[in-house]
Amino acid sequence: MKNMEKYKMGEKVLMKGNEALAEGAVRAGCRFFAGYPITPQNEIPEYLSWRIFEVGGTFIQSESEIAAINMIFGVAACGVRGMTSSSGCGISLKQEGISYIASAELPFFYANIIRGGPGLGNIAPAQSDYFQATRGGGHGDYRVIVLAPNSVTEMGNFPKLAYDLADKYRNPCMVLADGLLGQMMEPMEFNFDWVDPDKLPPKDYIVTGCKGRPRRIINTLHMIPSILEKHNWHLYEKYQRIEENEVRFEGCNLEDAEIVIVAYGTSARISTEAVIKGRKKGIKVGLFRPITLWPFPKKAINELADRVKKLLVVEMNMGQMVEDVEIAVSGKSAIHFLGRPGGSLPTGDEVLDKVEEILSKPASPERERGK
Amino acid sequence: MGRIYKKPVSMTKIAMRYCPGCGHSIAHRLIAEVIDELDIRERAVGIAPVGCSVFLDEYMDCDMIQVPHGRGCASATGMKRVRPDLIVFSYQGDGDLAAIGTAETIHAATRSENFTVIFINNAIYGMTGGQQAPTTMPGQKTTTNPYGREVKVHGYPIKVCEMLSALDGPIYLERVAVNNVPNVLKAKRAIKKAFQIQLDGLGFTLVEILSPCPTGWGVIPKKACEYVDEKMSKYYPLGVYKDLTKKK
Ligand SMILES: Cc1ncc(C[n+]2csc(CCOP(=O)(O)OP(=O)(O)O)c2C)c(N)n1
Ligand code: SF4
Repeated sequence: MKNMEKYKMGEKVLMKGNEALAEGAVRAGCRFFAGYPITPQNEIPEYLSWRIFEVGGTFIQSESEIAAINMIFGVAACGVRGMTSSSGCGISLKQEGISYIASAELPFFYANIIRGGPGLGNIAPAQSDYFQATRGGGHGDYRVIVLAPNSVTEMGNFPKLAYDLADKYRNPCMVLADGLLGQMMEPMEFNFDWVDPDKLPPKDYIVTGCKGRPRRIINTLHMIPSILEKHNWHLYEKYQRIEENEVRFEGCNLEDAEIVIVAYGTSARISTEAVIKGRKKGIKVGLFRPITLWPFPKKAINELADRVKKLLVVEMNMGQMVEDVEIAVSGKSAIHFLGRPGGSLPTGDEVLDKVEEILSKPASPERERGK
Repeated sequence: MGRIYKKPVSMTKIAMRYCPGCGHSIAHRLIAEVIDELDIRERAVGIAPVGCSVFLDEYMDCDMIQVPHGRGCASATGMKRVRPDLIVFSYQGDGDLAAIGTAETIHAATRSENFTVIFINNAIYGMTGGQQAPTTMPGQKTTTNPYGREVKVHGYPIKVCEMLSALDGPIYLERVAVNNVPNVLKAKRAIKKAFQIQLDGLGFTLVEILSPCPTGWGVIPKKACEYVDEKMSKYYPLGVYKDLTKKK
C-alpha cells in the first residue's frame, strides 16, 4: 500500500487554516466528506475533493447543507469517520440533522468557519455563532462539544481531538473558527500520528447488516414521554461527564494580573498582542482563552474571579460568550466588554486602550453594555 | 403438506399498527419477502422515514435507521458510499419524498446512487391527519383542501416516476399498486427487480407504489382499493418508466 501520509508529525509546513483543518481531518481518519460551497470555508471542500480520494475515501458536493448533514448521519450510522463543514446560514440549515445525530448518539465532526451575520451577512470573519454552537444549535435538549482554535496549527490538530472526543462520548463535536483562521497562512505542524481508520476500536452500535447478531435500530423517536424523558436524562448525565472531564483552556500572564482579558479564537489572538504590549508598558494584564466553548471553563473563570476583580471580554460579536462569563463569575468581579460585530476586527491597540481605560476607573459591579 | 404461507423471516413479530386497509403493511411485507428470497437480510439496512411508516424500523427484522423527514435518499447515499457491500433501501411516503425531500430524491437519482427507494404514493399526508400531499390529485379533498385541490391555487401534483425518468441517472423506475392480488404480485416483482439491480451494482432504482389510505381518504378499505383503480391509476398510470438493465 502506498504511503498516504502527506506530512510527518512535527514537520513544519506553511498552510492555510482551512487546508490544515481538511488535512488534519484526513490524517485523523476522515474518509467521507459532504458539503455545499459557502465562503469563507471553500478551501475545505476544494482540498478534500482530491485529497480524500488519495486515501480511499469519498467526497460529495451535495445539493444542499441539509443533504450533506443527512449523508453524514448515514455515514456515522455505518461507523465511518465523516465530516461536513459550512459557515453561518449553512450551519443553520444543518441543525435539524445535528439534533437527530446528537439524539441518536452517533459521533461525527463538523466545522463552522463563521462569517458575519445575521441573514446573509457578509464573508468577513466573525464570532456571531457562539450562541448557536454552545447551546446545541438545533431543536431539543442537547449539546455538542465545541473546540475553538486560534492558530493554523490548532486548525490542523483539532480534528483529531474532535473525532476522539466524538467517539469517546458518542456525540457530535465541532470546530468553531472564523474566516480569518480559515484563510490565513502560517507555519503549522501536526502533533499526532497518522490514524488508520481500520485500526480504530470497533463500535457496537452501528448498522452493518445483522449477520450473526440481533438487528440494531438507530432511532430518535420515543413516543412515550417517560421513555423520552429517560433518554433526555441519559444524555444529560453524559453532558455532565463531558463538563467534568473535557474542559480545556489556556492562561497567559494570569499570576499577578490586575485585569484579565477573556477571549477565544481570533479575538484571543488579537488580545495576545494587547497583553504583550501592555506588559511592556508595565500593565498587569493577562489573557484567559477558553479552548472548549462547550463545555465552558466555568470553574476556572470563577476561581480566577476570586483574585482578579476586573475582566474584559473581547468578542467579534455583540456579546455572546460574555453571558457565560457572567454566569461563571457570579458577580464576584466587574465584567467589561469589547465587541466588534458584523465582520469587523478589533485591533490589539484598541483592546489595550480599553484595558487602560478600565484600569483608570474603580471597579463597577455592572457590565457596561455596548462597545 | 408443507406450509405455503408464513411470516417472512425478515419481519418481526411486532403487530403492525396501521389502519385497516392501509397499503403500508402490504408494502412492508413485500419488501420482507424479497429480502428473504434474495437472502440479503444480513446485509440489509433499511431507512424508515417520517410519516405513518416511521415505525418500519420495528417491523423489519434487519438493521434499521430512522432519519429526518425527507432525507432518506441523503442518508442512503452516505451509507452506500462508505459501505457499498450493504443493501440499502429507503422507504418514503409522498410528503417525505416529493415535498420536503424532493431535492434529495432528484440528486440521489441523478448521481445514480446504488440503493433502492420504495416510494409510497397515497396522495395524502397520513400521519399528520390527512393534509394535501404533493401527489394529491386535482379535485381530491384533504384537510387542507376542504373544497378539493384547485390547481390554480395549489398547483399540479408531482408525477415522480415521469419526472425522474427525464434524468440520465436512474436505472429502473416502475409504478405499481397494492390494491388487489394481481397488482400486489406485480409490485413484488418490481421490488425484487429493484433490489436485484442494486445487488448487481448498477445504480438508482425506485418503485412507486400506489397505496390505499382509507383513513386519509375518508372511505372504507374496499372503496379505497377501488379508488386506486378508478382514480389514482388513471392519473398515475402503472408501468415501467425506465429500465436501463437491458442496455447495460
Ligand atoms: C421537518 C418536519 N416537518 C414536518 C413534520 C411533520 N410530519 C410528520 S409526517 C408528515 C407527513 C407525512 O406524509 P407522507 O410522507 O405522505 O407519509 P404518510 O404518513 O402519508 O405515509 C409531516 C408533515 C416533521 N416530522 N418534520
Ligand atoms: S392514515 Fe393512511 S397511511 Fe396512515 S396508517 Fe392510516 S391508512 Fe395507512
